[in-house]
Amino acid sequence: MHVYANPARFLKLARPLTAWLGWAGVALLLASLAVGLFVAPPERYQGESVRIIYIHVPAAWLAMGGWTGIAVTSLMQLIWRHPLAAVAARAIAVPGSVFAAICLITGSLWGRPTWGTYWEWDGRMTSMLVLLFLYLGYIALAAAEREKGGEGRLTAIFGLVGAINIPIIRFSVEWWESIHQKASISLLEGKVSIDPSMLWPLLGSALGFSLLFGAVVLMRMRAELARNKVEARMKRMAAS
Amino acid sequence: MVVKPKNQRLVLLLLAVVAVLGAVLLAMSAMRDQASFFYAPADVARKGLPLDRAVRIGGMVRQGSIRRHADGVTIDFVVGDDTPATIPVLYTGITPDLFQENSGVVAEGRFRPDGTFVASEILAKHDENYMPPQLGERGLHKTESLE
Repeated sequence: MHVYANPARFLKLARPLTAWLGWAGVALLLASLAVGLFVAPPERYQGESVRIIYIHVPAAWLAMGGWTGIAVTSLMQLIWRHPLAAVAARAIAVPGSVFAAICLITGSLWGRPTWGTYWEWDGRMTSMLVLLFLYLGYIALAAAEREKGGEGRLTAIFGLVGAINIPIIRFSVEWWESIHQKASISLLEGKVSIDPSMLWPLLGSALGFSLLFGAVVLMRMRAELARNKVEARMKRMAAS
Repeated sequence: MVVKPKNQRLVLLLLAVVAVLGAVLLAMSAMRDQASFFYAPADVARKGLPLDRAVRIGGMVRQGSIRRHADGVTIDFVVGDDTPATIPVLYTGITPDLFQENSGVVAEGRFRPDGTFVASEILAKHDENYMPPQLGERGLHKTESLE
């Protein structure tokens, strides 16, 4: 990882990688959503409304994966003082919050035809809403701390402590009785209870969204590095 | 022995993370019952009927228990879980599409002193299995022929 501590070396790799990830993500996403919406079968009980799964579940995974990424990069920033870690953590926050919002909105729209309600305060929904609020708080704190010109240490600690919500979201449906069903795909138990005809477009869509997420994070990192460079040059010009 | 600042930060932060994680997980397991969205029939059997307030109960609608009353909009059914405990439920109104026998349900309402739960709202709860219709129908026919 320390090879890429040099921003110039990182940028040399990030520039072409952004385009590759972005276009591969868009292609895979369009193909998977086309299969999910037009080829995959309806669900035996839920009917056509099950197709929201191809957006809802990848969004939920990426919202949680995004904060896990913030926690890991925050740890790298605090322990190893990796110069790109803080840039990466801040770059993840905005797309992560967007996926959290997409997850909540699609979940609400899915809940109405299946469960009979747009919103209930059960463990899964409440903890997911908390994740969205954590993202918004993180974005505000990161912007404020950057404005003051600090190292962003408070932001990193917030990113680390906020990660406690991730296992709470994951296990909320197992610890507490909830209206949300239990996990259909569990790596811990090695269980998959989604028919292959729906599972493959779901995994394709999740991978497509993930590649797109990666491309957006790289773009935002490059934008911040460029902004740092501009600010540094302005300061030099003002000083001379 | 001189400890490198990098390693000292690593150890301190990992300890802090473990401490925070432990504290929150302890808190979560302590509020196990309070954070549940509804009472299961086994909870009601163990703790008695909460008569004084509106509550939610939930579980599986027992096979063959849904009865429609003469007025056309009132139904009663029995909610069970994987214990022998059951709750009889009375409801007047429209049920969600996914409300059916052998499927999950969450009902909001109050207990009558005789143990019947009078629901003011019914929500359907589906399980984590996603199957295409053909497989599902075959499964349903099998259970029907067993009756």
